[in-house]
Amino acid sequence: MTVTETVIRYVFLAAAACLVLGLHLMNSPATARRGNLVSAAAMSVAIVATGVLIAEKGAITTTGWVVLLSGLAVGSLAGLYFARTVAMTAMPQLVSLFNAVGGGAAVLLAVEHLRQADAGHVTAAVSIPAGLDVLIGAVTFTGSLVAAGKLQGLIPGRPLVFPGARLVNAGLGVVFAGSVVWLVLAPLHPAPMLVLAAAALVFGVTMVLPIGGADMPVVISLLNAFTGTAVAMAGFVLGETTLIVAGALVGASGAILTKLMADAMNRSIGNIIVGGFGTGDEQAGPG
Amino acid sequence: MTLDLLTAVTVFVLGILVGFEVISKVPATLHTPLMSGANSIHGIVVIGAMLITATADGPFGYVLAFVAVAFGAMNVVGGYVVTDRMLHMFRAKPTVPSAKGGAS
Repeated sequence: MTVTETVIRYVFLAAAACLVLGLHLMNSPATARRGNLVSAAAMSVAIVATGVLIAEKGAITTTGWVVLLSGLAVGSLAGLYFARTVAMTAMPQLVSLFNAVGGGAAVLLAVEHLRQADAGHVTAAVSIPAGLDVLIGAVTFTGSLVAAGKLQGLIPGRPLVFPGARLVNAGLGVVFAGSVVWLVLAPLHPAPMLVLAAAALVFGVTMVLPIGGADMPVVISLLNAFTGTAVAMAGFVLGETTLIVAGALVGASGAILTKLMADAMNRSIGNIIVGGFGTGDEQAGPG
Repeated sequence: MTLDLLTAVTVFVLGILVGFEVISKVPATLHTPLMSGANSIHGIVVIGAMLITATADGPFGYVLAFVAVAFGAMNVVGGYVVTDRMLHMFRAKPTVPSAKGGAS
């Protein structure tokens, strides 16, 4: 490790600590705004440090830089535009949309990492988190889009239950288990990844459609926790501690927050998830 | 960079414990901003997307990397700005809005 890289590793550590601190400050109305700014500053520093790290390694091509910078610019401008122009009342669905793209980024990251990997270098310690990353990330991608659509009124807010939903979900569960095993056995083959992603995308829809619009904030918070977990899995795939810390942080705090939100509405999370199914007792977790 | 699996799992488990502890008695009005704040934090995935772009190769790889970076950046910037807007509503007393715009 060069001196620059060592310094950057410590910068990443400081940024991760500030993300935790920022989230903690957001617990109280008096310090919430400052907490968000601390968190945003830490994120900016981490992004710049990553840019320096990439330049230091020197392996990136000119095309790579163009792709990297234009991707950052396009994404930032789109995010800024939506965040500044959205009506106050439409904010929850926008958060859901941002959550969806975060999950989508985690999925693409794992797919592209395995695509780049050399044969023989992919152990189960990489392919298992990659599979979980794609599974959880794809579920949150479509799940969050459906949740946003319900809040926006693009999809009817009432619980949409279709016949055989339980059977479809059970079938998808089997596909999840099978394709993760397949992925571990053949990590460089594109087929298991595609099957897994397709099944997870469908499950995101079948999971959220039967839930009523009033419960959407709790569902978005749950999907937010899912994305955090997917990002932590992406950290395992890349071997990046910062992603693991931040992802685990959001996964756990998102889970607690989901419970708090459900409690505030006098609902249990289990009740909400199986809501549209009547008295069903099936598991609707992420596989 | 490769990490020792045990180290990575240790970091993951400790991160989860920190995540559980960091949320305490939150007033219900802060639930949505807190959710939005946590949502921006998982935008850290943009770092992973950037690292993937650095090693990408071929048109398909670049397309995947571009979408991943753009998605991640949208999550980060949009997330922080929208959280800041939400928290702005909590400001009862009109203090100096010097700290405007919370994202890079």
